[in-house]
Amino acid sequence: MKRTFLAAATAALLLTPGLAQAHRQWMLPSATSLSGAESWVTVDAAISNDLFYFEHFPMPTDGIVVTEPDGETGTIENAAKGRYRSTFDVHLTKPGTYRIASVTKGLMGSYMLNGKRERLPRGTTRDKLASVLPAGATDVQASEASGRNEIFVTLGAPTTNLFTPTGDGIEMVPVTHPNDLVAGEAATFQFLLDGKPASGLKVTLIPGGIRYRDTLGQMDLAADQDGKIAVTWPEPGMYWLNATVGGRREGAGEADAPANQRRASYVTTLEVQAP
Amino acid sequence: MQLRHSLMLTGAAAGAAGAATAPASAQTVALSITIPRLSVAEYHRPYVAVWIEKAGATPRTLSVWYDYDMRNGEGTKWLRDVRQWWRTSGRTMTFPADGVTGATRAPGEQKLTFTPGKGPLGSLTAGNYTIVIEAAREVGGREVLRLPFAWPPKPGATVRAKGASELGAVTLTFGR
Repeated sequence: MKRTFLAAATAALLLTPGLAQAHRQWMLPSATSLSGAESWVTVDAAISNDLFYFEHFPMPTDGIVVTEPDGETGTIENAAKGRYRSTFDVHLTKPGTYRIASVTKGLMGSYMLNGKRERLPRGTTRDKLASVLPAGATDVQASEASGRNEIFVTLGAPTTNLFTPTGDGIEMVPVTHPNDLVAGEAATFQFLLDGKPASGLKVTLIPGGIRYRDTLGQMDLAADQDGKIAVTWPEPGMYWLNATVGGRREGAGEADAPANQRRASYVTTLEVQAP
Repeated sequence: MQLRHSLMLTGAAAGAAGAATAPASAQTVALSITIPRLSVAEYHRPYVAVWIEKAGATPRTLSVWYDYDMRNGEGTKWLRDVRQWWRTSGRTMTFPADGVTGATRAPGEQKLTFTPGKGPLGSLTAGNYTIVIEAAREVGGREVLRLPFAWPPKPGATVRAKGASELGAVTLTFGR
């Protein structure tokens, strides 16, 4: 009886989509809506299971790019890496919306050489693929992976000029401004995959504070034909948003991933204000 | 502290003088806001914003009380904590705002007088309005009160509301 119960519980756990993607990456800003002629935000960045608790790994900060409201590139300051989290500051000196983003792009895959399957080295890009393949490599399988983890913070009134898509990976084009979200109100976001509406894209939203409740409170949404999702915020707080295409399930082997499949992921943290 | 106090007195005197010399036909809008006296370990006077809303029109800020005289404008850092006002009107403004910025006020009854067609109130066309008062206190709470009225009002009409935590009684009175 007990064994049956345990087996059923384990199966249920494995089938839970939220748990299939353990180790969530996130950036958590100290504030998203700021006043004053200039201000600062401190951002915690980590890879963890529970949101937003730093309990597993720090997120690397060397690839983080700050884009200022006028499109200029800003800087992160006071970056530090601890055992469980990284932290850095951004000095907001211009009115409008800033983007703080970690964008990665690379090829994942393998090739056959002398009867053995070898992995492509980390950091391989499509234009460098030919140069990293040794002579005699055959049966090259490669999939392009684009990752974007970004947050937005606004000094003064929100601006929208940073929302022009680049056409690479999954991108969020806000219809509702990400720094203008209020509990009880509806918000709409459009998602693009390589610049085209990501119709059918599965988007997950999880409210922070997981540690102190029994249920995940996860919202599973699917983008419509225009790549849009609409959500009405049930309560104020910080929400983690994630969308993924391609790739393999957490815990499964490399062979589980379909070869030559486009992989892309998107993460953002959204603050929903109290009304 | 002394400076702030004298500024406040000057402001009140000027307001009273303005009301007294206004033409008899002008309808004044008087707002009384009671700031509760709180027995707490760390008390700071609340930031208070007063604004006017009308369906279909851009809300207008009538008054904001904050620590406007701090070094490097540091008092503006906390304006966003008056969060409904900040979203509705504050975040598009620059500070200090002429005729709108004021010092924080002490517990007790505080009075504001507005004259239609003048200053931050501007001219009012006929219709339904709401004056909103929001108070947010450092290391304390926040409260919003709404005072709906129709313009033009009956002379002498009053609209009242009462807060439960960060605001006491608020009264809107229309003069003759």
